[in-house]
Amino acid sequence: MADISSALTEIVGKGYVSQQAQERYFYSQDPGLMQPHEPDYVVLPASADEVQRVVKLANEQKIPVVPRGGGLSLTGLAIPQRGGILVDMRRMDRILEVNERARYAVVEGGTSEGRIIAYLERHHPTLRHSIPDAPPQATLVGNAAIHGQGRLAQQYGFTSDMVTGLEVVLPTGELCKIGSCSMSPYWFSKGPPLPDMSGLFLGWIGTSGIITKIGFKLYPRKKLRDVETFVTDLPDLIPDIVFKLTHLEMVEDINIWFQPLPLMFKGNHHMDIYLTGDTDEELEFKRRMVWNALSEYIEAKDGGFMWLMPDVKPTFMEMPQKSIARFADVRKGGGFQYAGPIILVEKYPDCARKTEELGSKYKLGYSVMARMIGRGHCMMFGFAFTFNRANSDEMDRVRKALDEAIEFSLEHGGLPWKPTVDEQRAAMDMMDPNTLKLFGKLRKALDPNGIMNPGNWEVS
Amino acid sequence: MVELRFDEAKCEQCEGVNCLVRCKHLNLDVDTAREEMRKIINGQHSFVLDRCVTCYACEEYCPFGNHPFYLIVERQEQEGMLLAPRAITNQWINLCEPVGRYSVGKIQERALSLCYIPAFTDLVGGKLFEDVAASFFIGPEFFCNVVYLHFARASVIRERLPKVVENIAALGMKEVIFLHDECYGSFKSLAPAYGIPVPFKVTHYFEYLYDRLKQLSGQLKPLNMKVAYQRPCSSRLIPETDHYVDDIFSLLGVERVNRTYDRQNALCCSAIVRLNMGPEGRDMANDNQSKNIEDMLQAGVEHCVFNCPYCYMALSEKVAAKGVKPIHMIELCRLALGEEPAKGVMGYGRYQ
Repeated sequence: MADISSALTEIVGKGYVSQQAQERYFYSQDPGLMQPHEPDYVVLPASADEVQRVVKLANEQKIPVVPRGGGLSLTGLAIPQRGGILVDMRRMDRILEVNERARYAVVEGGTSEGRIIAYLERHHPTLRHSIPDAPPQATLVGNAAIHGQGRLAQQYGFTSDMVTGLEVVLPTGELCKIGSCSMSPYWFSKGPPLPDMSGLFLGWIGTSGIITKIGFKLYPRKKLRDVETFVTDLPDLIPDIVFKLTHLEMVEDINIWFQPLPLMFKGNHHMDIYLTGDTDEELEFKRRMVWNALSEYIEAKDGGFMWLMPDVKPTFMEMPQKSIARFADVRKGGGFQYAGPIILVEKYPDCARKTEELGSKYKLGYSVMARMIGRGHCMMFGFAFTFNRANSDEMDRVRKALDEAIEFSLEHGGLPWKPTVDEQRAAMDMMDPNTLKLFGKLRKALDPNGIMNPGNWEVS
Repeated sequence: MVELRFDEAKCEQCEGVNCLVRCKHLNLDVDTAREEMRKIINGQHSFVLDRCVTCYACEEYCPFGNHPFYLIVERQEQEGMLLAPRAITNQWINLCEPVGRYSVGKIQERALSLCYIPAFTDLVGGKLFEDVAASFFIGPEFFCNVVYLHFARASVIRERLPKVVENIAALGMKEVIFLHDECYGSFKSLAPAYGIPVPFKVTHYFEYLYDRLKQLSGQLKPLNMKVAYQRPCSSRLIPETDHYVDDIFSLLGVERVNRTYDRQNALCCSAIVRLNMGPEGRDMANDNQSKNIEDMLQAGVEHCVFNCPYCYMALSEKVAAKGVKPIHMIELCRLALGEEPAKGVMGYGRYQ
């Protein structure tokens, strides 16, 4: 073991490798409910070359390697299930390029969302990227690697759909470029018109390699932004309303939330509809289109627009949304977790009722938060529960509620998003056998020694 | 439960049927108005119930103080009408459900009612309130509930208002200064109309400000401003308070400009119209707001003075976008005293 530690020290430098108990403890967990498991070593590489050398060493020694960004998945995806070397990517946080005209940027694999937001605001104020509602220390690679969603998901899809190229260290240590950057100086496409190999790495949560650079699409940042919140007490109307809103092709983002507390929110489903424009006229035109699209519900008194007063509106306009963190502490115990399957929008009413049922069954504080992905193509439906970290019984009830929520969503045709190890197994059990076989073949081909984030997406 | 004390005989002797004839939104002749009012009194359906935008103006137009608007609201509810969509109605009813989220200061003989409007806490400071600021109460337990007139839910008022009176009285003060115009209207107009006794002295904050400014007159610096006054719907319940606007402006060296949409011809802020109706209501609200602001601009004002916090929230950004600075009446008084403006949601500091 001392040899491994020395070898890692030689690669990343003395200050960036640790076997100390406190650091192994820190990296053994994330803020969610998953059981902790300590790594044997923690390293913080500063370059793709250092990552390569760490992975080559691990592959030779058949030691597990677990890449980690912000460590905020909540579902334990960067918890080293089998120990080994935890690679904290956050020293690799340089913004390497912004191509303003082609609207893409390239950053290193540990670059945080907060850094990207601040950089674009300062240097490229007409551009934006799809900001997830995660704390700013979340990394863009992490969000892409779990098929995350951000503020532009309704318009442009998953964060991984917006990727324009990757640089990856393979499990065998080779450095590999994916997309246009593999044969061109420009990072404008992750695949097309070439065979698209980005799918070997996006969504694999670090089981097929370590992403050391990522190119991603930027989008126009309009001068004005506003939100209208449509409220209805009939969840069965939600799929139709989403269909009508997405038909307009004018809305930036659609999020739906439902929670029993504070009391004023009880019984109602709230749809935050975000609009952007460069002029008041453009914004007003879009507002009018949205109102007209929903007029039949207003006239039937089945829904209406909520008055967002000036003291409340800033909360709705935040990016990322801090209200999620505030909800996390509603029980004054700091715990919050959600199961967020990707599922058809038509399943919203069933999922909302299931959340209420689970909250009641397990006596838990609950909320629903659903983000539309694409023009009504699907949604992330969050079954969210809060808990007090000092209350182990309550935490156990949350685990049970989340298990039931995922089981329910799989039964209703959904897919688990950023699934826990158990949820991955459940998904593989349901998967077409030939698909699963292909899954296994790809993993084996890329990672013959099974060193990459073992325990995750393991085909038995 | 308490009941509305409506006197049919007063309507029978009324010649002008001003309540409906003067309504901006109905455009009725006297005969039609009389016929529709008769239907309302008799519990029959009238199109007035459908077309009412709940601006409260008919309360002011009635020469007998017979509360035609309260009767309209009662009838709307009896017919099971929803003015706002169901979800919005329930949201507002739940918002002010008393569930123990209130705060009470060190109550003295006089106390300040901040209603259930936290933005007031920013405004209550300085010399104007130095003797009374600590003696306050705020929360849904003390909320006047008048707003449910906009939602055809008089039953909520009938159920909650007696308890609110009890809650306030239990604090033990002799006099309450109401910072929310609508609260004052609740205890001076609604409560008597429903026969609810109010066992404490009810004072409008305009009256308090006027008296206090006179005490501090040596410290006042004339503002030499031309202002528009945004008269709220609640003021229709208590028109006797409107002269204080002129009285206070006079002490401050402020000119309340003559404009089309002031005094009895005031246009409401239209927040509720926008909330309650579909795209048509939204257009009406936008149109009312545009006409109102254009009227201010034509009168050449620098400031728009607000009384009601909800008018302020509905219109402040819109008037500011047109170059007219929004200011609450309390902030205007503090400005004349040379005090630092507040920075909160209703603070003048946001627009300096």
